[in-house]
Amino acid sequence: MSLPLGQGVEQLFALDQGSFYEFLKSQGKPAAFAASLTAIELVHGTTIVAATCQGGVVMAGDRRATMGNLIASREIEKVFPADAQSCIGVAGTAGLAIELVRLFQVELEHYEKIEGTPLSIDGKANRLSAFLRDNLQLSMAGLAVVPLFAGIDQSTGLGRIFSYDATGGKYEEFDFHAIGSGYMFAKGSLKKLYSPQMTSQQVARVVIEALFDAADDDSATSGPDLARGIFPVVAIVDAQGYRRLSDEELRPIVESVLAARQIRPNGPHAHLESNES
Amino acid sequence: MSMPFYVSPEQIMKDRADYARKGIARGRSVVTLQYSDGILFVAENPSRALHKISEIYDRIGFAAVGKYSEFENLRVAGVRHADLRGYSYHRGDVTGRALANLYAQTLGTIFTTMDKPYEVEMVVAEVGATSTDDQIYRLTFDGSVADEHGFVAMGGSAEGVSRALGQTWRAGLSLANALDIAVTALSTDHAETGKYPSDMLEVGILDRHRDVRKFRRLAGSEVAELLAK
Repeated sequence: MSLPLGQGVEQLFALDQGSFYEFLKSQGKPAAFAASLTAIELVHGTTIVAATCQGGVVMAGDRRATMGNLIASREIEKVFPADAQSCIGVAGTAGLAIELVRLFQVELEHYEKIEGTPLSIDGKANRLSAFLRDNLQLSMAGLAVVPLFAGIDQSTGLGRIFSYDATGGKYEEFDFHAIGSGYMFAKGSLKKLYSPQMTSQQVARVVIEALFDAADDDSATSGPDLARGIFPVVAIVDAQGYRRLSDEELRPIVESVLAARQIRPNGPHAHLESNES
Repeated sequence: MSMPFYVSPEQIMKDRADYARKGIARGRSVVTLQYSDGILFVAENPSRALHKISEIYDRIGFAAVGKYSEFENLRVAGVRHADLRGYSYHRGDVTGRALANLYAQTLGTIFTTMDKPYEVEMVVAEVGATSTDDQIYRLTFDGSVADEHGFVAMGGSAEGVSRALGQTWRAGLSLANALDIAVTALSTDHAETGKYPSDMLEVGILDRHRDVRKFRRLAGSEVAELLAK
């Protein structure tokens, strides 16, 4: 429809539905994360891990941001709620990554308010793909952002995890996944420690172990900092929604992981099963 | 060439206003009222899907009566306006006042320049940290804005509902009491059937004690439970 209103106001009444991102583009306002940047020293991260648990999913991220060989921040946060039923963790160029999260959060909330119902988890995952595809040129210039998305599937009540590549490719992961510079160490750790029947509390312990292992071998990932009281961000999404574990909840888990590592620095021993016994 | 009859501008405006008023009075009523923990919206609405009450942004809620397609159009524009502002600046910078202004200008322009005015009446409410910071704006089809306190009734037999609320509303009501007087007021023109059953009601609140997004829709069972208190 066309109303006799000023430019800008008329755009508010355009019939295109649901997507804040499309609306933003129609306004000729490119999303800030599609701006052009040529700085050389950029803030990077990270290890993000996610694993499903009984009735949900757990995501955790370390707190370090690096700039070349320097530590740019020791308390940056890289795991966020996407909406009440999902979370997003980001690795890559920090400024663009955090902007991507902000835009994604508005996109989901906007859809929910306009349509009166939240997007399905697959719908959310696909929207994120589209955002990344629009960022492809910057990715080719070395400013890649790679998110990890996880949430509850409202139709089954189970946790689901999606990983992405810089071209917007979306890949569903099962059980667990990790992204960022320390992903291979975290994933190796998860392989040995994770089992699908675990509760959210058990998985919270496992992801902290995995982040510890990542920090052990990757200089861009930090371990828990007991001296400063800086712990990884650990978030649980289950039937009750998104919840970030408080420092009071994390401290005993972190302390017990660190105490066990003083005896066995490489972490818990995987139990070798043999057919003969 | 035939000459059109001269119609005075006063007459044109009066005709348009009468047309809009009639359209609005045909529907059912919606009330908005302050209670101790925030702002309550109650609508007579048998539909579960076509809402008259809605969330706009963190602290801002919306209620409307009249023609669904028209106020839905305005609601969507409001959500876009709010989300764009919140994204461009900061969540705290989205205000009910700015939204009420946008709606007033839009409705005013439509009323004077389009063939037919919008047959809608709306409330934009913003919940504050305390009840003295709450803001309720009432917008009518011609773009006039009024800053209301306490309660507002719109649509249907709004006058009767408003009179009933005038006798029962007071500051500092609990949610259950506020809901009770709202439903009683809405039922005034349905004296023969008694109070509205809870499944005919659409109820939403802006609860000042909630985190970030203060708006919440109350489910039918929750409404029935509150009314039973």
